[in-house]
Amino acid sequence: MSVTLDIRLKRANKVYHEGESVAGVVLLVCKEAVQHHGITLNMEGLVNLQLSSKSVGVFEAFYNSVKPIQLISSNVEVAKAGKIPAGKTEIPFEFPLSTKGNKVLYETYHGVFVNIQVTDLPVSSPQYTLRCDMKRPLLAKDLSRNCEFIVHSQPQKAKVVPTPVNFTITPATLQNTRERSLLPKFLVRGHLDATSCVISRPLSGELVVENSEVPIKSIELQLVRVETCGCAEGYARDATEIQNIQIAEGDVCHGLPIPVYMVFPRLFTCPTLETTNFKVEFEVNVVIVLHDDHLITENFPLKLCRV
Amino acid sequence: MKCPRCPVAFCQSPWGSVVIVAKYICSILFAVIVRSRVRSYHTELQRCRPEAALVEFGDYHPLKPIMVTDTKTRRGARKGSTSSSSSSSSSVPPDPLSSMLDGTDPLSMFAAASATEAPAMSHSGSAAKRREKEEEAVGQDFELWSSKRGEILARFTTTERLSINLFMGSDQGSNPRSDASRTDSFLCICVRVQGSQKELLNLSQQDYANRIEELNQSLKEAWASDQKVKALKIVIQCSKLLSDTSVIQFYPSKFVLITDILDTFGRLVYDRIWTMCSDPRPLPDSFTVDDVNDTAKETCLNWFFKIASIRELLPRLYLFPTAQICLKKKKNRYSGDAPSLTAMIRGIGDPLVAAYARAYLCRPLLTEMMERCKKLGNNALLLNSVMRAFRPEFVAARATDFIGMIKESDEAGFPKHLLFGSLGRSLTCADPPESERLTILNEAWKVVTKVRSPQDYINCAEIWVEFTCRHFSKREINTVLADIIKHMTPDRAFEDAYPQLQSVIGKVLAYFHDFSVLFSMERFLPFLDMFQKDSVRVEVCRSIMEIFIRHQKEPTRDPVILNAMLHICKTMHDSVNALTLEDEKRSLALLIIGFIRMVSFGRDFEQQLSFCVEARATFCNLEPVLVQLIHACAAYSFITIPSLSSILSRLSLYLLSGQVALANQCLSQADAFLNTAVSLLPEVPRSISVEGKLRSSESFLLDFINNFLATLLVVPDHPEHGVLYLVRDLLNKVQNYTWEDNSDAKVRVFISALPLLAAMSQETFHYSIPKEGFYVMDSNETLYGGDPKFLSEINKLCETLIGQILDNLKALSRDESTRRQGALAFSLLGVLLAHGDLRNQKLSQLVVNLWNLSHKHGCCDTRVSVRTLEYIKHQAQQADMAHLSDTVQRLALQSRT
Repeated sequence: MSVTLDIRLKRANKVYHEGESVAGVVLLVCKEAVQHHGITLNMEGLVNLQLSSKSVGVFEAFYNSVKPIQLISSNVEVAKAGKIPAGKTEIPFEFPLSTKGNKVLYETYHGVFVNIQVTDLPVSSPQYTLRCDMKRPLLAKDLSRNCEFIVHSQPQKAKVVPTPVNFTITPATLQNTRERSLLPKFLVRGHLDATSCVISRPLSGELVVENSEVPIKSIELQLVRVETCGCAEGYARDATEIQNIQIAEGDVCHGLPIPVYMVFPRLFTCPTLETTNFKVEFEVNVVIVLHDDHLITENFPLKLCRV
Repeated sequence: MKCPRCPVAFCQSPWGSVVIVAKYICSILFAVIVRSRVRSYHTELQRCRPEAALVEFGDYHPLKPIMVTDTKTRRGARKGSTSSSSSSSSSVPPDPLSSMLDGTDPLSMFAAASATEAPAMSHSGSAAKRREKEEEAVGQDFELWSSKRGEILARFTTTERLSINLFMGSDQGSNPRSDASRTDSFLCICVRVQGSQKELLNLSQQDYANRIEELNQSLKEAWASDQKVKALKIVIQCSKLLSDTSVIQFYPSKFVLITDILDTFGRLVYDRIWTMCSDPRPLPDSFTVDDVNDTAKETCLNWFFKIASIRELLPRLYLFPTAQICLKKKKNRYSGDAPSLTAMIRGIGDPLVAAYARAYLCRPLLTEMMERCKKLGNNALLLNSVMRAFRPEFVAARATDFIGMIKESDEAGFPKHLLFGSLGRSLTCADPPESERLTILNEAWKVVTKVRSPQDYINCAEIWVEFTCRHFSKREINTVLADIIKHMTPDRAFEDAYPQLQSVIGKVLAYFHDFSVLFSMERFLPFLDMFQKDSVRVEVCRSIMEIFIRHQKEPTRDPVILNAMLHICKTMHDSVNALTLEDEKRSLALLIIGFIRMVSFGRDFEQQLSFCVEARATFCNLEPVLVQLIHACAAYSFITIPSLSSILSRLSLYLLSGQVALANQCLSQADAFLNTAVSLLPEVPRSISVEGKLRSSESFLLDFINNFLATLLVVPDHPEHGVLYLVRDLLNKVQNYTWEDNSDAKVRVFISALPLLAAMSQETFHYSIPKEGFYVMDSNETLYGGDPKFLSEINKLCETLIGQILDNLKALSRDESTRRQGALAFSLLGVLLAHGDLRNQKLSQLVVNLWNLSHKHGCCDTRVSVRTLEYIKHQAQQADMAHLSDTVQRLALQSRT
């Protein structure tokens, strides 16, 4: 009596844009005919703003603002109660991807996972799912299947002109140091090709270690997201690491440019987003670790967009 | 030993009745049992010498024409079961006449024989050549990865203990999903908490290799069980090991082991994507992005993102080729932006690790590197390394570019001829585009020909000769050879360049197997003249001959080839001196023989013969060659004899040629000659015209047959025919021949056959074929070794013969022929006295009867009778001949009255 339920989208990459239709099939496979009380398909887009246990006290006040924000929702019955014949059955479906009123379909973005409770901060994450439910008669469990699809926001109209950003890191440029005199001498120069980046293009640039008293252990690019949740009454903001890419290991040759190169991961990055309830922003840190475990960080805010 | 053929022959022939009649007569009259007595020719000869005149048989002695006294036993060449046509051992060239009996033209057999023989002869040479060629193909400096790999593993070893540091299990390294959940503050990035850190310490090198191999296996398993992420993790951990240079002398081996894993992984990914692409239908060879289905594209992208998000630099770099596969499949927007890998490697601090990473990563990035080389300019040394290390196919495809770059490069830093040498080496392994070949050669040679130092010049030219040979005709090669001669002749520069010049010849030979083309190159022979050191010269000639024998399939009469080859062979022959080793001589002889066999003037036998004569004069020092020439002459004779009109000359020539062939160990030829002679017998007319007068051929025929019989003693039996088949054959022919009326010729032949049979029954034959060099030919004495069956065959034959003779004698008892009867009876008596064992009562009785018969009509010469009696008496005085005295008693000398 086993039956499997699956949702197959037409597009292999599952990427859709506003105004397009999400099309696919509900796939049912069973060895013998199966009785059911109707199959429904539900499409939903939500922004979940999560509170961690720690911050609950602080944010109780604007309790409302952390409720999930619904972006889109629609429901369709793909099959009326009846019987599915034995074998493979495909029921095609199609949903128009359009919003009601003045709501905006934010681009899919995975923040910190919902079930992980260790983050101290609220995290926003617009996600879109298709849920297929099959109601079944008594004594048989209802079947349900979830399938996420990805929404990419409409390309930005304005042209992005890359403006290179030069930087120089010396002991003198550092802030937040306890005893500047104890620092070893070093000079690192470099540039990023742009800080307003196209999300589908890698972050690029160059970095030259001109000199360093203490051998370098590692140079890394740290991609950080800055998520802000809040409303008029107040907000909470925090940054977490998305990924860390090492661009140099060991004491690299001085004076030789090392490429800065990082591909933005999918799902975990989205075009920089600012709404009334939440903000998602990104930053990159160039981190230089010296052999004596001194850590030097240079921060660059990024503005991501899609073209 | 039982002859399968003779019973049939006898029964079908009139001899069948003869046998029966003869037996009948015997039983009534004499009851003869013929048995030859045992004789020792040697002692007999000694005995006979002072009084040779005493022995007078009146008859022509059949065993006389060949007087050979050496009777040492011979073993070897012809043992019972080997057939003569196939008995030639591998070192002896096969007889050109061996298949004479098939009726094929023996000269055309030359070709067939050498076609099968040639590869065997040059086998050892060819193996070495092949090896050489392989080496050449790869070049001395260019090594294939597979061989290099083994070499590295063998060379870079260590006895120090090693450790593998693996972070497996719940590793958080590569997955951004887990990164997101990290507790540690983003400020302390370098302190990484590993899920399960597994460190294996104190490993020996072998353990280490085993461990890596295990990882390789578990990688494959993980992949097969669809745990792609685990597979990726294994690969990442492995490539991390490469950053550890603690045991530096083991590093190269470690690199090899680990890149193997990386290669495995790359292959797995590639295969997976490829199969995905091939679904639902296989991709065409030159596919575009649109041909690839979405699923495959998505998978590619997925892999790309996974690899791009690997935290550590080294694994990310090492996996980059895999990522590139993915990008290539999906012509992606990311591909354009990737910074050059070589630049990314700059991020590796440890120079050793960086160098090895570069070595690995540059494998698929040749084009990019080449572009960079071009940009750098003037860096001849780099260019040289590029040409030497890159795949030859790669270099060949861009040969024109390289030439341009070489031309622009700075002569001061690195000589151009070395660059062209490297380029040439690559071009010998892989072919440049066809349209560019001539330009390449022209451009290259322009530079090569300007090289001043002969040594540098020849080093470079040698390499380019191969390219020329590969793609161009004799005209170009001739030019090249001319140029080499021009450069190498001044100041005898060639003396220092023999190896290179030899290799030039070798290359030309490897590509030009048509010798008429080869020798029609004007400069080829002058080129050979540069080899003036004897040993080198012979070596070169030898290699030319080897190629000639291997590749010349058709016999030739091309005067150009013949002249040139004779010249070359003469060079080889003239190198033979007293100090030359036997082996050396033999191999030289084989080569020359190979050449001689390839010479055929078709039906123009005169020229063939004159060639043989010339060859004999030229190659007189090498015995095997002479043997070969005799073979050739035998073949010549065999073909030429039938063209003679006189049947008698034909007969005697066949016999003579047969004897010559025998004397020169050409057994099958001899067989063929003798067989033909026998079959020719019935055709002899009874009368021939000599000087305008008609004469009876009888006396000639008798002479001939006697001579023939004498020869037959040494002819070994053919294993495929019966015992004494030639003798039987001959006697059958004699029996059937229509002799003149009133002629005793037939009986005389039979009588003279008896001594032959007697001689054949001896343990040691009176004479045998002379030994020549290594070649020994055994006669029947050794083949049968006095086997009783053989002897009884002989006895049977004698019995039949005597019966036949007596039968004839009886027929002559009429008045007018009593004289003839007496004469015949007396000659039979003589033969029996000389060869029969008279201890046998019946034989002895026969002798007495014959004596009486011959004296019955009083027509015999008394003097002869007296001398015969004296002889018998003399014989009777011998130790073991006492029984003769009894016989003598019974032989009464008839008075004249």
